[in-house]
Amino acid sequence: MSTVAIQAEALAKDFVLHLQGGLRIPVLSEIGLSVHAGECVALAGPSGAGKSTLMRSLYGNYLTDSGSILVRHRGAMVDIAVADPRTVIAVRRETLGYVSQFLRVVPRVAARDVVAEVLIARGTPEAEARGRASELLLRLNIPSRLHGLPPATFSGGEQQRVNLARGFIGGHPILLLDEPTASLDVANASVVAGMIEEAKARGTAIVGIFHDLDIRDRVADRLFHVAPIQEAA
Amino acid sequence: MEGYNFAYLDEQTKRMIRRAILKAVAVPGHQVPFGSREMPLPYGWGTGGIQVTASILGADDTLKVIDQGADDTTNAVSIRRFFARTAGVRTTTRTAEATVIQTRHRVPETPLREDQIIVYQVPQPEPLSRLEPSRVQTKIMHALGEYGLMHVKLYEDVARYGQVSISYDYPVMVNGRHLMAPSPIPAFDNPKLDRMPALQLFGAGREKRIYAVPPFTSVRSLDFDDHPFRAIRAPHACGLCGATDCYLDEVVVDDRGKRLFVCSDTDHCATRREAGHSGADSLPEAAE
Amino acid sequence: MIAPGALLSARGLALSFGRIVALRDAAMDIWPGEVLAIVGESGSGKTTLLNVLSGNVRPDGGTVAYRSGSGAVVDVHAMPAPALRALHRSEWGFVQQDPRRNLRMNVSAGGNVGERLMAQGARHYGNIRDEAARWLETVEIDASRIDDLPRTFSGGMLQRLQIARTLVTRPSLVFMDEPTGGLDVSVQARLLDLIRSLVARLHIAVVLVTHDIAVARLLADRIMVMQNGSVIETGLTDQVLDDPHHPYTQLLVSSVLAA
Repeated sequence: MSTVAIQAEALAKDFVLHLQGGLRIPVLSEIGLSVHAGECVALAGPSGAGKSTLMRSLYGNYLTDSGSILVRHRGAMVDIAVADPRTVIAVRRETLGYVSQFLRVVPRVAARDVVAEVLIARGTPEAEARGRASELLLRLNIPSRLHGLPPATFSGGEQQRVNLARGFIGGHPILLLDEPTASLDVANASVVAGMIEEAKARGTAIVGIFHDLDIRDRVADRLFHVAPIQEAA
Repeated sequence: MEGYNFAYLDEQTKRMIRRAILKAVAVPGHQVPFGSREMPLPYGWGTGGIQVTASILGADDTLKVIDQGADDTTNAVSIRRFFARTAGVRTTTRTAEATVIQTRHRVPETPLREDQIIVYQVPQPEPLSRLEPSRVQTKIMHALGEYGLMHVKLYEDVARYGQVSISYDYPVMVNGRHLMAPSPIPAFDNPKLDRMPALQLFGAGREKRIYAVPPFTSVRSLDFDDHPFRAIRAPHACGLCGATDCYLDEVVVDDRGKRLFVCSDTDHCATRREAGHSGADSLPEAAE
Repeated sequence: MIAPGALLSARGLALSFGRIVALRDAAMDIWPGEVLAIVGESGSGKTTLLNVLSGNVRPDGGTVAYRSGSGAVVDVHAMPAPALRALHRSEWGFVQQDPRRNLRMNVSAGGNVGERLMAQGARHYGNIRDEAARWLETVEIDASRIDDLPRTFSGGMLQRLQIARTLVTRPSLVFMDEPTGGLDVSVQARLLDLIRSLVARLHIAVVLVTHDIAVARLLADRIMVMQNGSVIETGLTDQVLDDPHHPYTQLLVSSVLAA
């Protein structure tokens, strides 16, 4: 068996809504998940079960209440759940990639630069980074004439493909994909599935939420069930 | 003169001013406040210079007073007469003969010596005054040696006119430390201040400040490496003595607009003519 | 006194104006090249904190330590005034909400940008002018405007000119007080993008005070939320904004109008 790339142990998370009188909503409890290099695990479970919350917790976007999230970063295991922000930023830059459902649009920045930024932040020369960004956008069927435009004016599907390009360009050893094909047509979804397969072949560990069962069955090695927590009595 | 102390000011005042002068000499270019007195002539007529002169004058001194280079203008004549009457000192128009020279707007062309003192009349002692109106701020800038602002002014000049447009009262750095206004002498005279053997004292009566440049002290005109300071003069020879290396005045000599360039330093010009030099416009019998 | 590797560290800062408590045991660290946003409503103490961090206002208690370019750690509030002013002119920068407070309105754009260079001893006019022209272009002001007075500039241009004037000496730490406040939305976006790319390219650490959550999200790596003079929540920007824990942070985040 290959090495473990990301491993969650005894994860628990509640949301406390102070604006609603301190209402406590438990979302995750006793989650244990480990994903190996080259493996793709699909999160399964009914809507509202906490799949997205788990995904965001793995990325350090949500703060968990207990448990650990160990990520193999530069050969050592780093606990994202307790790491300081600068470590999390470094892990995200080099190791842990994330494709959200929606592109957070940065005003005025061209699509090509939105994608290339990931490489530039690591020190890749700007021209080379832009070239690779353009190639990837073309592969995702974003025509060249759009590469120089800010994605704010793009359609939902186009924005999602820019988002995917941004997520895949870095070749992170671990990729978190939250509904990566949600707003794509069949042809583009198939391109993305191909990219996921290539990433797996390179040894990338992938955790995904796939609403499209055909895609899920095509790329996932196994399912991880996330069950809703029973409301405390 | 009956009823007046030697050189008009009372001894306590002179002592106070001498203390200010000593401090000024000790910190070259630094403006020292002093209790400026009412003098029997208005501010702007050299009250600061007169008080400094009165404080350093001794009975055996020889005084020369110049105004715009000339010994015979109203201001020069009246100040010279003032000290002749109140101190009884000898006066002269010869630079070489004087031990104390009070001046407005010029430095004599004849190099000064170690046994001479030159006293400048100063209207505005603060070189940053036009750039930074707050005295509090300029004092901080002097204290910390923050003179970037002065260079901003020079930058603006070069950007706008292609050169530094300051033609008089051109700011200088004294002893590499204090920014100083050399008083409204032409920029042409600035190089004479550098390492001058004579003691240089500056008095501003209305602004109540005294500052000094001790003998042989470095005085550098501010500039840029690629726009070095240049001492500019009218590109002519003196019409009377033929000198080509001294500062010239342009005078209109008749009612048909005929112009003549002559030495601004009248003593220098006369000395040269006595030595046999003559210019294109010199008359054999110049009316004295 | 200073965290390992940090550029600036503050500990136990306290300040009161009479009976009004402006800062209560405030602490922070910033590392080289990092953007830290301080958010909170008016009167939360964020601007006071910025002024204390930058040495402009002395706290009643606590320390601010800075690791200078030479590697020496200095106590910002124990420094002699000349050293602090020198720091502000060289390794530090301060970007004001109102650029008129920082710019010389009767000096040309080029002179404004060149001033910090001249204050550091630059004495070659041609080089100063070339550098000023380069910086004007960097902040997207046409270099042909180099001899124009700032009063002929629009609000957005003034703010960009202030940024050029501040960054020309390549500071390692810049304090920014609501740099996009008072600008039209479209102008704001352009400015934010400019700040974002410059800070990343020049590896400048920024302490940014803003009441605008969207500005913090766009620019900051980390965020500090202040209320009544205390730091109530701190962390990774997206974590604090997407999963706020403190009641006040939840209120702040939920009050933002979505565009």
